[in-house]
Amino acid sequence: MGMIHESRAMPEIDQRQQLSRQGVILTTVEDLYNWGRKNSIWPLQFGLACCAIEMIAASMARFDIARFGAEVFRPSPRQADLMIVAGTVTKKMAPQVVRLYNQMPEPKYVIAMGACAISGGPFRQGYNVVNGIDRYLPVDVHIAGCPPRPEALLEGLMALQQKIAAQRLTGAGRPRHLDGAQSGEFPAPRLEEHDLAPIANPQIWRPTAVKE
Amino acid sequence: MISAEIHNDTSALAEFEPASLDHDVLEVAMGPHHPSTHGVFRMDLVLDGETVVKLKPVFGYLHRNHEKIAEQNGYLAAIPYTDRLDYICSMTNNWAYVLTVEKLAGITVPERAEYIRVIVGELTRLFNHVCLAGFLLQDMGALGTPLMYAFREREKILDLFEALSGSRMMCNYLRFGGCRCDFPEGWIARAGEVVSNFSAFLDEFEALLTDNEILQARAQGVGVLPAALAINAGVTGPSLRASGVDYDLRKVDKYGIYARFEFRVPLGKNGDVFDRYMVRILEARESLKILEAALAAIPEGPILDPKTKLRGLRPKAGEAYGRIEAPKGELGFYLISDGGPKPYRFRVRPPSLINLTILEDLCLGHTVADVVVILGSIDIVLGEVDR
Amino acid sequence: MQTLEQIKARLEAGVPGAQIQIVPNAGPANQPSLLIDAGHALPAARLLRDDAEYRFDYASNVTGVDWPAKVTKEKIKIKRVVAGLEKEVEETVEKNSPAYLEAVYHLYSMARKEGPLVLRLRTENRADKVTLPSLTPIWRSCEFQEREVFDLFGIVFEGHPDLRRILMWDGFVDHPMRKDYVAPTQEVAA
Repeated sequence: MGMIHESRAMPEIDQRQQLSRQGVILTTVEDLYNWGRKNSIWPLQFGLACCAIEMIAASMARFDIARFGAEVFRPSPRQADLMIVAGTVTKKMAPQVVRLYNQMPEPKYVIAMGACAISGGPFRQGYNVVNGIDRYLPVDVHIAGCPPRPEALLEGLMALQQKIAAQRLTGAGRPRHLDGAQSGEFPAPRLEEHDLAPIANPQIWRPTAVKE
Repeated sequence: MISAEIHNDTSALAEFEPASLDHDVLEVAMGPHHPSTHGVFRMDLVLDGETVVKLKPVFGYLHRNHEKIAEQNGYLAAIPYTDRLDYICSMTNNWAYVLTVEKLAGITVPERAEYIRVIVGELTRLFNHVCLAGFLLQDMGALGTPLMYAFREREKILDLFEALSGSRMMCNYLRFGGCRCDFPEGWIARAGEVVSNFSAFLDEFEALLTDNEILQARAQGVGVLPAALAINAGVTGPSLRASGVDYDLRKVDKYGIYARFEFRVPLGKNGDVFDRYMVRILEARESLKILEAALAAIPEGPILDPKTKLRGLRPKAGEAYGRIEAPKGELGFYLISDGGPKPYRFRVRPPSLINLTILEDLCLGHTVADVVVILGSIDIVLGEVDR
Repeated sequence: MQTLEQIKARLEAGVPGAQIQIVPNAGPANQPSLLIDAGHALPAARLLRDDAEYRFDYASNVTGVDWPAKVTKEKIKIKRVVAGLEKEVEETVEKNSPAYLEAVYHLYSMARKEGPLVLRLRTENRADKVTLPSLTPIWRSCEFQEREVFDLFGIVFEGHPDLRRILMWDGFVDHPMRKDYVAPTQEVAA
């Protein structure tokens, strides 16, 4: 708990640096900041297919996503923190998915819920199916299942909360909203005559070669 | 909100000529991301103030190529894909498909399996209809409460399905010639409890909703569907019966063993949103009668003829069209076999898509708020619309 | 419901010039169909809907089918004179089936609770002569389904009020449900 971060961007660093020599204050600020963020993640109301029904079930009384502060599903991307891509992303829908992500303000996260959002799932061989939303958007948590049970969605949400809690606010790995250099917008693919173009965003999608 | 930039389809405005320059017509794309469109569904609305002047539905945002995939993968492998058509009602989707394969290949079903199919089919109809009421009320502004009640009951039935098939939603349970596995111990008693408590739940649900003045004001007289138009447009299911047409495939085709059960077919008088809601609640009550009778009368016996070939099924060359009364309407499958292990043509007849034929007719002259309610009352699921 | 032979005779009488064939269905389902020539399909459909004996008021399902050109070998038994005696011998006959696209309509009568009556319409080929008359003016339930057949198979329905793609996006040019369609790969070089 005694990590000291050099932060040249913030004006109040002098006092912080003095206090942070104790190794306590800066991490407490981070913890408090992240605690507020992770316990009030507002998802975007964005169900594509069957996984959306389990997402709705997770927000209902039995599984109760409200315990995690995330029951406020926002219809507008401008007010949402989390996009749960629940369902198959088809080529026709892919440009809209990326546009919606671009409209979300920082900090924003993506959960790929279900096999279809991760890799195309059972519909992988379809001519209108995008094999995974991580070809176009940076995904923070992948939840496997077809569909994943509501408890699995809650576990994925908890994994995201741990990820947020572990985010350092200063330094190289800081989130995009504290780093002016990084852009949170990604290019939307275009629908062309035979296919979606490009079929994957090379900045995000780097398939690993399978070793024979 | 002019949405010209989002369009990648033909603009609905291209064909519309305003009568005079005084009119302010607004072209709005409602969807594919919208809280009330029941999935990725888009409607291109042309509005004169709040009134709908034109409505063109746009589909395909969930076109997942079920038909091509089934033609590539084979008869048995297509069963889990049918779960994902109308993804709320997986059992009835399975049933329509296996019924058609049984017609195509001449496979008979043992009696116990027929009873099981009726039981899981009617349980599916129960929770589909109450969830529809919940979603409809959510579209009207009752954000969440009726839906919470409906989902609470649905969870009890999903527990039964999970005990039976291993999965809550994508059951993959029926097979050509029967079912995949038999009831676990105590399942019938648990199902009997769920069914006997459901009637009290429906009473509670209706007490909150049916006489509710907001529901009545927003649903009565809204989205009236005349019977002749409904028949010609191929509308089936509760939406057709709400317009007064007595056509329920359980009575017309008498598929399975439905001829043995006593139940009535509720019909509406006006064909408005309220009738479509009421017909579904009454149908749920009739389903309870069928369930009680089936749970009491189910015989012992095999659930699958052991001689049935599942993996290596090669139906004789020919074709078959099979249909059932799914909760959304007439769900049909048309299969053409060329004698091989994979269907030459696998076609799903989607009730949700065909029921949307009359969406524009129902919404013309109404306000945008009514469009949401009318769409909700037709009961669509995009997995089935787009396949 | 009347037999297909009876319906065929009635249609040939009521729609002069119509060429109608009964297409047998070999499997256990016992659902043979009527093949109607494209030129007379619309008046035939109107007769089926309006005639008091039939009242096929409900078109349940419209399907597109792709039949590419195929050569099939069939073993048939035929009587031939062999060494002075007439005997039944087995011979292999080659059949060239032509290439065409097909639209299959399943009709029911809600008024009389009868059906299905299966109609088939075939195009001349799979390449340039792919038009068929639209039956949407008779049964509105064909509206979206014929659009889907156009989108996925490429049959052009003349007389359809709004023939455009329904499932694939407007700029798309292929017809994916055809048997020779190859989907573009989604592999990306590592």
